[in-house]
Amino acid sequence: MKEGYEVVYKRPKTLLDKRMHYCPGCFHATIHKLLMEIVEEMGIQEKTVGVCPVGCSVFAYDYMDIDMQEAAHGRAAAVATAIKRMLPDRYVFSYQGDGDLAAIGTAETIHACNRGEKFTFIFINNGIYGMTGGQMAPTTLEGQKTTTSPYGRNVQKLGMPLKMAEMVSQLAGVAYAERVSCNTPANTRKAKKALKKAFEIQGKGLGTTFIEVASNCPSGWKCTPVESLDWLKNKVYPYFPLGVFKDVPAVKEEV
Amino acid sequence: MPAKGYVEISMEGCKGCGLCVIHCPSKCLELNTSDTNSYGLHYSYLAKEDVCIACANCAIMCPDAAITVYKKVG
Ligand SMILES: Cc1ncc(C[n+]2csc(CCOP(=O)(O)OP(=O)(O)O)c2C)c(N)n1
Ligand code: SF4
Ligand code: SF4
Ligand code: SF4
Ligand SMILES: [Mg+2]
Repeated sequence: MKEGYEVVYKRPKTLLDKRMHYCPGCFHATIHKLLMEIVEEMGIQEKTVGVCPVGCSVFAYDYMDIDMQEAAHGRAAAVATAIKRMLPDRYVFSYQGDGDLAAIGTAETIHACNRGEKFTFIFINNGIYGMTGGQMAPTTLEGQKTTTSPYGRNVQKLGMPLKMAEMVSQLAGVAYAERVSCNTPANTRKAKKALKKAFEIQGKGLGTTFIEVASNCPSGWKCTPVESLDWLKNKVYPYFPLGVFKDVPAVKEEV
Repeated sequence: MPAKGYVEISMEGCKGCGLCVIHCPSKCLELNTSDTNSYGLHYSYLAKEDVCIACANCAIMCPDAAITVYKKVG
């Protein structure tokens, strides 16, 4: 360090000093980093348990220096339910892609939310199956081309993309639901705030907390990382708006 | 006048995504397109040292936590 200067940002210690396998510019890495910053700031490293999905983030346990458990494809909510019920004093989160949470795991997701399981969902919605080579997901946009929708998603045949944060906010068990993104420094700061808020609400045991990340997949979208930010702004946010869909603690405070 | 801040970017940790470069308000970062790290990727570096304001926007955007930000004391 140069003399007369102090550190204002450095990599959190809770993020292991390993190279993450994600493609350049992938928000999976951004969210891992934000999560580990929060764990470090809240001093809850020994009390946090994550559940990994099947998808690009299948190796998330290799990067986060906390207790983690791998789940079968789509079943992270069931595994997180068990962990949180057995160890209620822990901060438990499931970390899941859109193929995992909103396709094969839809039932587990909805029922865990409806039961008000007191863990935090971290839902990485990149509108595609990144890991398996860019197939269509339930969240793929109308007209979006993927390897299994080469002419664009036909919503007449396949229905409209699922809005998970809006859907789960209708369920009584859910205490907090927000959609965030990481396309700008301001939005990335907001994403971190939302993740922290979800953990704080979890700490109070108020219900299920659900953070959806309008994420990117430069490789699957066949664009550069910088171009993926334009796609997010021009195509994704108009359909998947960022914001808070449910905030039970805030409503309670108003009353 | 000495700069308000400066950054250190891990050459091997950088994947050359460019997200830090486009979000630096002082335009002090650039991608080195004439060299690569051991992964064969271009890497970002502090090209204009004197204009960094230590805002940490670059570090917040960096998915791979490759950037450390320093600020002048006082
Ligand atoms: C039971 C089962 N069915 C299908 C697969 C193949 N598979 C692996 S990852 C994946 C989906 C990944 O997409 P997503 O959850 O959106 O994660 P991403 O890679 O985009 O982060 C699928 C279908 C599998 N591994 N196991
Ligand atoms: S394939 Fe997509 S989601 Fe997977 S690491 Fe690469 S950019 Fe990220
Ligand atoms: S700290 Fe701010 S001014 Fe300095 S390089 Fe990073 S983004 Fe640019
Ligand atoms: S954001 Fe990080 S990985 Fe991307 S170019 Fe900048 S330093 Fe490299
Ligand atoms: Mg996906």
